[in-house]
Amino acid sequence: MSDEATLKDIERARREWEKRTLARSLEASPERSGKFMTTSSQEVGSLYTPSDNADLEYMEDLGFPGEYPFTRGVHATMYRGRLWTMRQFAGHGSAEDTNARYRYLLEHGETGLSVAFDMPTLYGFSTDDREAEGEFGICGVACASLEDMEILFEGIPVDQVSTSMTINGPAAVLWAMYIAMAENRGMGSEVLRGTIQNDILKEYQAQKEWIFPPEPHMRLVVDTIEYASEHLPLWNPISISGYHIREAGSTAVQELAFTLSNGFEYVKWCVERGLEVDSFAPRLSFFFNAHSDLFEEVAKYRAARRIWAREMKERFAARNPRSWWMRFHTQTAGVSLTAQQPENNIVRVAIQALAAVLGGTQSLHTNSMDEAWAVPTERAVRIALRTQQIIAHESGVTSTADPLGGSYYLEWMTDHMEEEAYRYFDRIEELGGVIPAIGKGFYQREIARSAYRYQREIERKERVIVGVNAHITEEPEVVEYLRIDREAERRQLKRLKRVREKRDSRKVRGALEGLRKAAEGEDNLMPPILECARAYATLGETVETLKEVFGLYEEPLVY
Amino acid sequence: MKKIRVLIAKPGLDGHDRGAKVVARALRDAGMEVIYTGIQKTPEDIVEAAIQEDVDAVGLSILSGAHMTLFPRVTKLLRKRGMGDVLVVGGGIIPPKDALELKKAGVAEVFGPGTPLNTIVDFIEKNVGKKPDVAG
Repeated sequence: MSDEATLKDIERARREWEKRTLARSLEASPERSGKFMTTSSQEVGSLYTPSDNADLEYMEDLGFPGEYPFTRGVHATMYRGRLWTMRQFAGHGSAEDTNARYRYLLEHGETGLSVAFDMPTLYGFSTDDREAEGEFGICGVACASLEDMEILFEGIPVDQVSTSMTINGPAAVLWAMYIAMAENRGMGSEVLRGTIQNDILKEYQAQKEWIFPPEPHMRLVVDTIEYASEHLPLWNPISISGYHIREAGSTAVQELAFTLSNGFEYVKWCVERGLEVDSFAPRLSFFFNAHSDLFEEVAKYRAARRIWAREMKERFAARNPRSWWMRFHTQTAGVSLTAQQPENNIVRVAIQALAAVLGGTQSLHTNSMDEAWAVPTERAVRIALRTQQIIAHESGVTSTADPLGGSYYLEWMTDHMEEEAYRYFDRIEELGGVIPAIGKGFYQREIARSAYRYQREIERKERVIVGVNAHITEEPEVVEYLRIDREAERRQLKRLKRVREKRDSRKVRGALEGLRKAAEGEDNLMPPILECARAYATLGETVETLKEVFGLYEEPLVY
Repeated sequence: MKKIRVLIAKPGLDGHDRGAKVVARALRDAGMEVIYTGIQKTPEDIVEAAIQEDVDAVGLSILSGAHMTLFPRVTKLLRKRGMGDVLVVGGGIIPPKDALELKKAGVAEVFGPGTPLNTIVDFIEKNVGKKPDVAG
């Protein structure tokens, strides 16, 4: 950013400094380690100066918040205008249990809901399916029919609160239940605000909650995006997610590159369907991880915004500035939580949440200290939420947009991660694109390799994890944790039985048959899926109908 | 000496395979023969694979919380199929109280988050081929 003559002076002065001051200092006391690296094993230099940002063009690469390329944030006022949405991912046991937790969170100042479904629901099974055994309500709430959805949101003003649902394989079905729930309460779908995760590509790459093979799954995703653009203008029909890629073991650069390249793949499919890019791109949303390496994370978010804006504008010829901006949710890194000395996790989460805020996130989930043991207790969740509130109101980082912008180190890191991401885009292209690369096990191999390297670095103590490989205490861990009430499972099974008995079974059969016919053809599947939801067809029945047409997916095994 | 054969298996529905894969690779690097089942295997699938592959040890990984249902079923089925001498170990998000109960059910050791890979390698090397202390 400086002129050439100044840069030369700085270069010269730096070499002088290295010879004179740095060398002397190293002689007196050497550095602690032969190599300094980020959480993603990226080597870091001892000092960054304007000469490390020599290629940076302020107007082109950074610009102003709320303007292209959005490196400094998507809103002109950033958090001076409105704070991020504090959205705690929650769900356990039955719909009644989770409904109570939501009311608790809203009473404590949470501003948006985020539904965690249990494992059977995530895979499209109903609670009474054989595959669901032992899994009820542990990782989230079971939602097997419209009735569960109605109980889940009872007394919650869904026309005012925005709801995010972490659901992928059967996303269209759960979304249809949500829409039908609102209809039954007399609301039109156009008032509903929220997000379904609905990002199937990262399931094949990292999270593994797929049902069908990639092509029919992609069709369903495009169907939901198309349906949202026509009927739910305030809904984000997809949250393109790097979170799970990172949790599975990727580096920050891999998270950045794979997520963005998945995003471009969705845009390509939608455009091929004949959708006008500006009709859907403004509602695409993203979801990233926040790990503990503060600068690396902040650089990742900034690079992500810049790449997305550039590609949407230049490659996909989007004209609406809202199609260029990347809005994202962030969750702190579950994998970074230690089972040892769990209270230390409060500090980790605070640093990670700070990174997300310094990176300009639109919404944030902070993990609870006890999550390396089980789903969190209410007390732990409250501390996690308070952590966000302390950052918002006490740290001062919300007073100005992109407060770290211009840091030589951060700008170098942002550029560097961007370059590395483009290298990955090229590799994926060479493999034939995203879906062929999935079939070749590319992502799994890349992620497994990074995960193993990270673990080895811990084992060799090249990486210190406090309480795990250093500063260990021998006290036994005393953790309170939430147990799932088995009685809730019996109640849920009873309810499901009652739903099956009291619904109009002819209507259910008709709706399922309608869905099957539509799936065999090419029409948008949202209307027939909605019919199934309205008829109280169960999740399992609806997904099973689609399985019969689409088949199942088998993954290539790579480790 | 004959190489130790280990089946790394993921019972239950969750897709969190990071730990299973890292452990699989560490055991392989330590000279063991490792077979990885992939995700979402039923206890029946796992026991069948253990028999087919004639393994000395089975490592179960689960992060969904369904361990109390699924781990004991694997150990029980192994005994039923005459494979009671196979060493069964487990890992994942498993609270300490649950770990104690799982040990009573025939799981020789439960490795929680943060366990060094060497600890797992050593444990398998030392305990494989020994009759489990706990009878069914």
